[in-house]
Amino acid sequence: MYTSQNMLDSIKKVEAAREANAVLEPRRMTAEEKEKLLATYHPDYKQSEFAVLTVGPNKGEKVPLELAELLQANSRIKDMDIDLTKIDYDVDVLVIGGGGAGSSAAIEADNGGAKTMIVTKLRIGDANTMMAEGGIQAADKPNDSPAQHYLDAFGGGHFAAKPELLYRLVTEAPDAIQWLSDLGVEFDKTEDGTMVTTHGGGTSRKRMHAAKDYSGAEIMRTLRDEVLNRGIPVVDFTAAIELILDKDGKAAGAVLMNMETREIKIARAKTVIIATGGAGRLHYQGFPTSNHYGATADGLVLAYRVGAKLLYADTLQYHPTGVAYPEQIFGALVTEKVRSLGAKLVNVNGEAFMHPLETRDVSAASIIRECSDRGNGVATAEGVGVWLDTPMIELKNGEGTIEKRIPAMMRMFAKHNIDIRKEPILVYPTLHYQNGGIDISADGMSGVENLYVAGEAVGGIHGRNRLMGNSLLDIIVFGRNAGKSASAKAATFDKVGELTLEHVKAFDKQLKEAGIETDVVSPKLLPTYNHGNPEFEKGAF
Amino acid sequence: MVNVFLMGKKYSVPSNLTIMAAIEYAGYQLVRGCGCRNGFCGACATIYRIKGDRELKACLACETKVQNDMYVATLPFFPLVKQVFDIEKIPATQAVMMQLYPEIYACIGCNACTKSCTQSLNVMQYIAYAQRGEFEKCAEESFDCVMCGVCSSRCPAGISHPQVAMLARRINGKYLAPKCQHLEDRVKEIKDGTFNELMEAIMQKPISEMKELYNTRDIEK
Repeated sequence: MYTSQNMLDSIKKVEAAREANAVLEPRRMTAEEKEKLLATYHPDYKQSEFAVLTVGPNKGEKVPLELAELLQANSRIKDMDIDLTKIDYDVDVLVIGGGGAGSSAAIEADNGGAKTMIVTKLRIGDANTMMAEGGIQAADKPNDSPAQHYLDAFGGGHFAAKPELLYRLVTEAPDAIQWLSDLGVEFDKTEDGTMVTTHGGGTSRKRMHAAKDYSGAEIMRTLRDEVLNRGIPVVDFTAAIELILDKDGKAAGAVLMNMETREIKIARAKTVIIATGGAGRLHYQGFPTSNHYGATADGLVLAYRVGAKLLYADTLQYHPTGVAYPEQIFGALVTEKVRSLGAKLVNVNGEAFMHPLETRDVSAASIIRECSDRGNGVATAEGVGVWLDTPMIELKNGEGTIEKRIPAMMRMFAKHNIDIRKEPILVYPTLHYQNGGIDISADGMSGVENLYVAGEAVGGIHGRNRLMGNSLLDIIVFGRNAGKSASAKAATFDKVGELTLEHVKAFDKQLKEAGIETDVVSPKLLPTYNHGNPEFEKGAF
Repeated sequence: MVNVFLMGKKYSVPSNLTIMAAIEYAGYQLVRGCGCRNGFCGACATIYRIKGDRELKACLACETKVQNDMYVATLPFFPLVKQVFDIEKIPATQAVMMQLYPEIYACIGCNACTKSCTQSLNVMQYIAYAQRGEFEKCAEESFDCVMCGVCSSRCPAGISHPQVAMLARRINGKYLAPKCQHLEDRVKEIKDGTFNELMEAIMQKPISEMKELYNTRDIEK
């Protein structure tokens, strides 16, 4: 329910223009227009928000300020005496992270016969995977092909993706859907079994598979159930706070910390898989985020300290449609599927100011332009937004479409007395995805031997911008890939060499040599929020 | 500002906050009872009572606003029973429910599960479908479940509703939903190398040509 007069006035204009806007097919931007738009309005291009790293494998390269601070921070074990002779967990494959990538990896490592364990700082399933709404891409229809999928993703990512990774993503996509389906994941299908597929921003074929708008939740809960059925141990509420190497510099385990008791445990492993996810909770540039509570770039910090190189860590995805109102769900994700189903972006005057299915970076930049220089945003208590005209969906596709296809969105707003079938919703970009991450080869291994990476912690699969539906896909394809590779590698040798944490000391020395003095410790593990309580100094949110 | 009682202790917090934000405003850093912060993961199941009201209500702390004189108890974990099964071998028949979750047949029809559901699902109805082995209906009715466990905490028969529904959905997804022919065909085509040439051709193109191809590609209506 909207109560402020400026919103009500604007809604009248949106309603008056709805029928005309619904049939309108706004022009797509040219390549030149997009480039200029991004350079002017996309947060990735705001130079003052980045710092150049002075230590570590990416020395000389720029990353967001908040990430630089964590990459060049103190180890949590800096002043601790860690006894590496007392092994608490001894496994073949150690998976760090219990989201979609970690769970897929664990299942495949288990299939490969490896003794596998998952360690996760919250619960298994507490991950961005659970919150992915819109769907998962795969070129499995007759008018589509992996090559077409490749072209869409490569172009959408500004031709920067690592070809060997993108090749895997698109050619293994149909098999990933089949694998999920065989595990019992439900997909939206017609009665004859044909997948109900839609467009996402930047796709040239309708290849977005979905499970209503609970696509990620349906995948995640099924993977979790399968992990539990297999009896793969899940050590929850326990964070990896440092990787352990052997004397030859190969990954050989992790120092673990109980999130509640702070007790330290040692895990030894033949191979380690980092599947720690993204970084939305670092709130780059002060943006709200659609991400999970635990998305604090931990894996990047762990990997960086053992010498693994990052790729494209300076590119983030701001999802064009985060909730701008009401404030209780500020920054929460409004799935792109809302636009796939026909809702358009409309400004304060009721004008559909852009094609609704440009790629995410372009759409986000376009909304920012509309709300800043063009002055066509709708003011809210927290800031500004544009309308996403959801009633258009039912106008185009008939009554009942919203309840059937995007029930989560309907429920999320209904809890705040907004009926998205009848009222439009206010949106503004929200920090959504870490495009960059740890550099890997096609087998999933990082620059450090026996250290594998999967999911959002990887950089290079999508280039410098990711298409909708390619992240749920990447966690499955590269999660499985890492699980298979890591278990196969673990089977090639009997014993793990002598364990060491010398690299932690060495990194600390480098910090000193670079003149970095800081109180910050990393990995961050969890954000701190005080919601403006004057009793507490910290906390912008 | 409103007064809320977090696990019984009184705090004064702004009235526009969610319960989760109010807990943080009060100075706690959550470890348990906080997950996606957006209504999808079920980590923040919460039971509350407004002073003077007899009824206990359940909600997700991340999406429910505080009210004055609200007594809040979070339920970050509830001991649901999850039975282990092999999805490859399980039969898609009613017998499997009787074998794995026999307690569902002890349902007394009190409807406390439905009344307490944080997603407003018809929980008792989906359990009824499960009892009859109607997996497709159980899957559909339970689909929006976030497995927060509040229903089970209120159940006098000791049913672990979310796990029953999980089993039904997996059986439905794997065995009962119509098979997807175009997917099977495509998986086989890729295995057979049908697209190898096409992939090689596109991957060998210089960036300038890729750009041209991308910018002029035909987009399905």
